[in-house]
Amino acid sequence: MRYLPLTEVDRRDMLTKIGVRSVDELFKDVPLSARLGAKVAGLPDHQGELEVERAFQAYAARNLSPASAPSFLGAGAYRHHVPATVDYMIQRGEFLTSYTPYQPEITQGTLQYLFEFQTQITLLTAMEVANASMYDGSTGASEAVLMANRITRRSKALLSGGLHPQYRRIIETTGHWQGFSAVSGKPDAEGLEDLIAAVDKETSCVVVQNPSFFGHLRDFGKLAEACHAAGALLVVVVTEVISLGLIKPPGEMGADIVVCEGQSIGNGLGFGGPYVGLFATRDKYMRQMPGRLVGETVDADGKRGFVLTLSTREQHIRREKATSNICTNAGLCALAFTVHLTLLGEAGFRRLAELNHAKASELADRVAALPGVSVLNDSFFNEFTVRLPKPAAPVVEALAAKRILAGVPVSRLIPGDKSVENLLLMAATETATEQGMDPLIAGLKEVL
Amino acid sequence: MDRSQGRTGGIASGTSTEPTTFTGNRALQIEEPLIFEMGQPGRCAVDLPEPPKVKERLNGLRRAGEIGLPGLAEPQVVQHYTRLSQKNYAIDMGVYPLGSCTMKHNPRINEKVARLPGIGDLHPLQPVSTVQGALELIDRLAHWLKTLTGMPAVAMSPAAGAHGEMCGMMAIAAALDARGERVRRKIVLAPESAHGTNPATAAALGFTVKPIPANERGRVDLAALKAALGPDVAAIMLTNPNTCGLFESEIVEISKAVHDAGAYFYCDGANFNAIVGRVRPGDLGVDCMHINLHKTFSTPHGGGGPGAGPVVLSAALAPYAPYPWIVKQGDAWTVAEDGAAVDGKPLGRLKAFHGQMGMFTRALAYIMSHGADGLKQAAEDAVLSANYVMAALGDIMTPAFDGPCMHEALFDDSFLKDTGVSTLDFAKAMIDEGYHPMTMYFPLVVHGAMLIEPTESVAKEDLDQFIGALRSLAERAKSGTAVEDFKAAPRFAPRRRLDETLAARKPILRWRPTNSFKQAAE
Amino acid sequence: MAEVKFSEEHEWISVDGEVGTVGITPYAQEQLGDVVFVDVPAAGRKIAKGESVAVVESVKAASDIYSPVSGEVVEANAALADTPGDVNTEPMGKGWFFKVKLSDKGELAGLMDEAAYDTFVKGLG
Repeated sequence: MRYLPLTEVDRRDMLTKIGVRSVDELFKDVPLSARLGAKVAGLPDHQGELEVERAFQAYAARNLSPASAPSFLGAGAYRHHVPATVDYMIQRGEFLTSYTPYQPEITQGTLQYLFEFQTQITLLTAMEVANASMYDGSTGASEAVLMANRITRRSKALLSGGLHPQYRRIIETTGHWQGFSAVSGKPDAEGLEDLIAAVDKETSCVVVQNPSFFGHLRDFGKLAEACHAAGALLVVVVTEVISLGLIKPPGEMGADIVVCEGQSIGNGLGFGGPYVGLFATRDKYMRQMPGRLVGETVDADGKRGFVLTLSTREQHIRREKATSNICTNAGLCALAFTVHLTLLGEAGFRRLAELNHAKASELADRVAALPGVSVLNDSFFNEFTVRLPKPAAPVVEALAAKRILAGVPVSRLIPGDKSVENLLLMAATETATEQGMDPLIAGLKEVL
Repeated sequence: MDRSQGRTGGIASGTSTEPTTFTGNRALQIEEPLIFEMGQPGRCAVDLPEPPKVKERLNGLRRAGEIGLPGLAEPQVVQHYTRLSQKNYAIDMGVYPLGSCTMKHNPRINEKVARLPGIGDLHPLQPVSTVQGALELIDRLAHWLKTLTGMPAVAMSPAAGAHGEMCGMMAIAAALDARGERVRRKIVLAPESAHGTNPATAAALGFTVKPIPANERGRVDLAALKAALGPDVAAIMLTNPNTCGLFESEIVEISKAVHDAGAYFYCDGANFNAIVGRVRPGDLGVDCMHINLHKTFSTPHGGGGPGAGPVVLSAALAPYAPYPWIVKQGDAWTVAEDGAAVDGKPLGRLKAFHGQMGMFTRALAYIMSHGADGLKQAAEDAVLSANYVMAALGDIMTPAFDGPCMHEALFDDSFLKDTGVSTLDFAKAMIDEGYHPMTMYFPLVVHGAMLIEPTESVAKEDLDQFIGALRSLAERAKSGTAVEDFKAAPRFAPRRRLDETLAARKPILRWRPTNSFKQAAE
Repeated sequence: MAEVKFSEEHEWISVDGEVGTVGITPYAQEQLGDVVFVDVPAAGRKIAKGESVAVVESVKAASDIYSPVSGEVVEANAALADTPGDVNTEPMGKGWFFKVKLSDKGELAGLMDEAAYDTFVKGLG
């Protein structure tokens, strides 16, 4: 019981001070019928660190690590190199084991990095204001729609067919239970969708993704104009945030709310979470934002400092009138993001983005040269859609058996739709190598 | 910022009488600018290869102009964030008695196993044949959570406690839908002492929140509850142990009355640490309960997240658990994702991928380290420590209710009446004594509330020193001679009290070259 | 001389002809503490007596403001966006919230005069 400092002597002394004979007396308010006499049955007792570590090594051994196999997976989660400094920094106890900075005098560390984080997000997205993070991109997208509904006092969201299918389902789920309608476009594998005609006076917002789920790059400036003319907002989702080092940012396209999945910067793949949602908007909508905000101020000596601010939007004050029920953010993942982006800086971030595009271009050319295989994208950042001559899922399985992670079959995320059955999403980041692409191409030749 | 110029005066202004320094630093307390004030073009902390020349396929959307990110070298980045870290209080530094937050020890083995190759680096959409160990790991944690709570099912994907609440309340809405009663049952009952997330969640789902009063013992008034129950009530949302740190002694009668009225019982599991291993919520008639893995199961709070909020579900609600479901087919684990046939009617999807895997790994490592015996002991020690604090301070501070309490001790501010010292002043004075303050002004039902949750992680010697410090502060407050000291606290923290009114009136939420209050003041 | 009336929700209304000016009382601002933000209804908005029409926020609290009368908003105090502290310093002067064209002056009869309001506040302890 290495985590428990109280000794038997301590416990006896404490019971004496309290004036009870046993700890059971402290549980006297628990109804007798619900009091367990002994420990919960059917569960093992405590174990040493060595045994615990062995158990997890056994779990790990039954998985295929993308670090030990050529990997071209994306679809909303991307493998990037994270500098060692990042992981060291987030494991410092002062960051790791601190909580929400409710006492600003002794949490300036957290508050200052969140202020830096908010600033970085506004710069990347070219927006005016950003919050201190959301759970992740997918839940952030749903919060963006709720925010647009509040601002426009409307309740119909148009969802692009280029939006990540799981993001779309989360918005649909929220809409179903919270009472707004979410109208979804057909899967837009070719990147040709035009939503302008669909925007009407009932529309609260249009949600698009750039690069799209299928990898296409679009300029949404015209769509933004159409939205604004109809009194609607444009929400732009970015699931690969490194693309913002190379591509025109949503803020320059007229976006009103931008939501990004920030995982690619500073955060490992982690089998899907925890990640970090980035959320930015225009100054005029600041008070309708969900989530925590850090602001600058001064202390009693006139020194600059930072505090949580505008908290009257939040559930602990506004309760049933809050902008969102959110309490937690993704503090430590936001720190990882901030440290990594600070290490990259302007030059490093831009070069990293170039490198991703170059690797993906190389991969696209090699894949397109395979017989019967076509790349659907004229434009992409580091991920694109490939049409195979047969269903993609079994191809991916066959290559996985050869320890090659070829990509994500679109049918995994859009099941039961024949039109996408043969489509495969492939991504290449700076971690891709020629030595990794060679077996992929050879493997594809073999199984196709 | 030009650091070669030193700082001119003003640094030691206010009530401080300490001498100034050239740098403005005070030994280990180092003043740190923002990264945007430190950057220089030509500096970079990564070395990346020259990208090969390729045909650009960006649809003419190449980003123009500077982004504006500062350039720093690696040593600067390490120093910057290290210095910032030193401005934080943390569990690793001492007693962190923040009530309702369960700031217990965060073991480092949890961090280690979460980073193992083959766990920390898995892609969420790898073929399931390549992630069998990961799926089994999630199921293993699910098994522990179900067994410890005595509940038949668990939804693992919610990202945090409030997200879990949303999941649980959606499941209740779905069950009402299936009964054809969702239109009729529009009321959710919640005590006035509830966490703000409870009414926020219920209201978001279109329910009308109706408060139920507490009795003089700090528990739900059963008669008032029964009077409020009717054919229009969907659910009750109740924290147990409640936010006053008390076990709802009539919980069985409460759940029976709720069920007899055709409503569901949502339990806010924020305070599960008090009872884990000793009481199974399933035995109390709970229909669903979220579990904050960052509280009871020690995943790090990380400066405010990430969390994880799995929701255990009764048989009545289990069919509505959202996608994904992790199921075993023969010997193989598989993930039932959107649209897949499962033994139920999933309410939809709440989060991309499979939930907060990194938190699952840490929580399972913690649970395995403790085991069934250790978890029970931890709950007992947490309750023992809170009652010890209550007993040791009860004569000088004012407990809000008669004991015993569970894992947290609640005081009101009547011991400060007419002293000129407020709960806030008292808390800020604790900072100078080297402690993180307790939760203040929550729950709302107690005047000037101070909620102390020591957790099981504090050694008795440290608890005694903490108690000594609080006794000393209470005596000084009552003496009436130290009001100015209290008002001026904290004096020894990296910052004195901050002007929150200024921050809210003129929000500055990002750095700009010219917008700082500090620059305006200089 | 304008007639000033008070509500139990601590709003005041000063009526001059058809138009009433609405704000919160010195007691209300004291309870709130430093006001940091006021959300006032836009001109042209039709409002009903008792309807939540504005929000006033301090750092730690947000309060709804209920209209003491029915009518149409003719002007909102735009200056509060920049100087919300006016509500603290001059709650019954520069800190006014909005002006409303009354649709039913009879509603004023249900409100308190200054003496009655003073007694009411004293009764709150």
